[in-house]
Amino acid sequence: MMADSGTDCGSTEEVAVIGNTDISSTEAENNLRNTMVEKGTSLLKKLEMNVSEAEKRTGKNSVNMQETYTVYLIETRPADSGSDGSTPVPDMLWRRYSEFELLRTYLLVTYPFIIIPPLPEKRAEFVWHKLSADNLDPDFVERRRVGLENFLLRVASHPLLSNDKIFFLFLTDEKGWRDAVLETGFQDKVDSRLKSLSASFRVKNPDKRFTALKQYSDELNTAISQLLRIRARVADRLYGVYKVHGNYGRVFSEWSAIEKEMGDGLQSAGHHMDTYAASIDDILEEEEHYADQLKEYLFYTEAVRSVCRKHELIQYELEMAAQDLTYKKQQREELATGTVRVFSLKGMTSKLFGQESQEQREQKLMALEQDIKEGEELLKEKNQECHEFVQSAWKDIERFKEQKDRDLREALISYAIMQISMCKKGIQVWSNAKECFSKM
Amino acid sequence: MAAELSGAVLDLEEDEDLEVFTKKPSLAVSGPLPTSPSSMTNQYHLEREDQEESQVERDLFISVDNPESHVTAIETFIMYRVLTRTTRGDFDSSEVEVRRRYQEFSWLRSRLEESHPTLIIPPLPEKFVMKGMVERFNDDFIETRKKALHRFLQKISVHPVLSRSPHLKAFLTAQDLTPHKKQGPGLFSRMGETVRSMAHSVRGLRSRAEEFASIQDYVDQFSNSISSVDKVTQRIIREHREYVDELKQYGPAYSQWAELEPGGLSEVLRGVSRSVELCGQETEQRAQELSETLLPVLHEYVLCSDTLKAVLRRRDNIQADFEVKKDALAARKVDPETLQEEVDLLAEHLEQANVSLRGDWSRWRSGMSSDVRAAFVSTAERNQQHYEKCLAVWESFLLSQKMDPHRPDLEPTS
Repeated sequence: MMADSGTDCGSTEEVAVIGNTDISSTEAENNLRNTMVEKGTSLLKKLEMNVSEAEKRTGKNSVNMQETYTVYLIETRPADSGSDGSTPVPDMLWRRYSEFELLRTYLLVTYPFIIIPPLPEKRAEFVWHKLSADNLDPDFVERRRVGLENFLLRVASHPLLSNDKIFFLFLTDEKGWRDAVLETGFQDKVDSRLKSLSASFRVKNPDKRFTALKQYSDELNTAISQLLRIRARVADRLYGVYKVHGNYGRVFSEWSAIEKEMGDGLQSAGHHMDTYAASIDDILEEEEHYADQLKEYLFYTEAVRSVCRKHELIQYELEMAAQDLTYKKQQREELATGTVRVFSLKGMTSKLFGQESQEQREQKLMALEQDIKEGEELLKEKNQECHEFVQSAWKDIERFKEQKDRDLREALISYAIMQISMCKKGIQVWSNAKECFSKM
Repeated sequence: MAAELSGAVLDLEEDEDLEVFTKKPSLAVSGPLPTSPSSMTNQYHLEREDQEESQVERDLFISVDNPESHVTAIETFIMYRVLTRTTRGDFDSSEVEVRRRYQEFSWLRSRLEESHPTLIIPPLPEKFVMKGMVERFNDDFIETRKKALHRFLQKISVHPVLSRSPHLKAFLTAQDLTPHKKQGPGLFSRMGETVRSMAHSVRGLRSRAEEFASIQDYVDQFSNSISSVDKVTQRIIREHREYVDELKQYGPAYSQWAELEPGGLSEVLRGVSRSVELCGQETEQRAQELSETLLPVLHEYVLCSDTLKAVLRRRDNIQADFEVKKDALAARKVDPETLQEEVDLLAEHLEQANVSLRGDWSRWRSGMSSDVRAAFVSTAERNQQHYEKCLAVWESFLLSQKMDPHRPDLEPTS
């Protein structure tokens, strides 16, 4: 073992064999988890959580048709083990994907200035031919389980989101949660959120930072999509290369039957070819975990985008409020001085058909004053809203950027480690095969 | 063995074959493996010859190289340089150079087949390219063919009987082969013989000796097996090439992403991109070498199978001729004395055929064994090397991230 020399990175000769401390991707994910827990929110400090199992259920859906769906088991237990050092029995409840979706929508609407962690994909995308696109496929379900756990941990490790009561109920109250979340009335806000995402409006003085951020998130989305697409194709091809070698196994076996001296060597080399061909399954399964890590950030870009859009809406509303107020003030001025600066039909008709009475004018003025007062209140509110939004959003954005850089760096390094592991397996197999061949 | 060949006899500097030969190559190459495919081919050839001819002192060295396009009014074809170095007395000089085209190699082979019907003549590369076998036509095709022609002459040069053939000598030395080509029709151009040797079943053959029956069985099965191995290998190469094509897009996807990101992450992404690119290049090379080293050997033995079948058929025919005449003698249908002479002649002919086939068969078996072994050993070695190189690429990436490849669970050292 390289125990003492430890991190002597200088000499490449020592980068030879020994030491089976290779890390698998699941171990790398554990590292991620540990990082989240270590940073710790008060929630995580007192509660351990995981999504430990998945099960198929059948039942009648809303249109009274039989459907099969999957439920996931959420386990929670106090973070500190019992005073006697025992591991306490976890609390458990089952949730299906749609409930996670509901939770997330609630969070999106309630914390529009926060980049809400994404859920694992609804449907399998970026599949390559061996990978199933079926939602009920066990491998897909397994990867989704991991993704859901990841989602919970992300929320639980967020300084603000972790304190949310509804989130806590989601984790602990199987039946009562749904009522609680509906009671918050968040669904009313869903519509306005949809509006903010899809509406097209022009902001006169866009905040440059948000514009840049939106552009970045769009570009990142494109870049990661592209990468995932190509990776899937590469995986497909690599699968082909390995599997074809399996044919050697069969053919060598046939051939070995007629050879006296070469027979044994051929036969055993053939076995190694079978091993080689089979090894790709595990290799690519691990790579799927890596792809999932990239996908998480792909979906994160959507969350970032919606924060930017929300800001745009608030900014727009602020501008509208200011514009409105300005207009009203102008009207007041006109009314007060009797000058018509702004063309209005009413103004024209009153010119043509006679002036209003003094009383009428005073009434109008009073109403306008009231409007203006309200308008000023509104403007103040909107300004405050905007200011607060920008402050909180930007704080979260900075937090997110750091998290992203850290996580992605780790993911890429774990990818490199996977490649190394694959190479080591390859070296082993071909070295064995070579030995068999030389004995032919 | 190798040491017996003194440098004084031959001009070592120019012939790369010989240089490697005198350095006593072994199957387990300890030094840095040659990366140029042609030197690898030479090396494995000599390994084989080393084993083969350890008892025989080599005195004839032939090489094929320098393909050149030759244009006449009627056609365009490739001429190859055939260089011979020898100590044999019956050759006018110790070094001869001629230029030959494929047609002339073909002529040589036919002549040898006619003169020695039950010897196993090495195969020539195909006349026409097979679909899927060679993807890029021109340079690759010519190169592949040139190497196969070289191998063809190599094998003949170490054959105890074939290397003494006057046809070979003419091929190697005559500046103009045309007069030789005109020397009367060979045995096989006679219709009867041709038809008979093509027939699948042989008339008049009563029973084969156990010995030849088992050779026939072997040849049939070998033919299937070697053909399968050849096909699998072709597929492997194809799959590799498709994989490499995708890899070429994979690296850039990372570097394109890198352009969006700030310093730290960008660096990591670029590191991955570079690593992917390097591995891609290495994989491309691996595929190329597979197709230059392993595939030609396998393909040669696929062609050999046909030769073996033909040789066995010819031997069967000779036996059949003999038996037919023997029966005729027994029936006393024609003049017994003349018949007896003929029968005796045919008996001798048969005996000779059997002896030469027997000898050449065991020679072929051990040659095939060592060729196949060498080719697969070097392939396995190359594949192992491939992974070693890729491993080094990724480990150096990790090091560049200031991580210890052996303790990736640790935080990076700053």
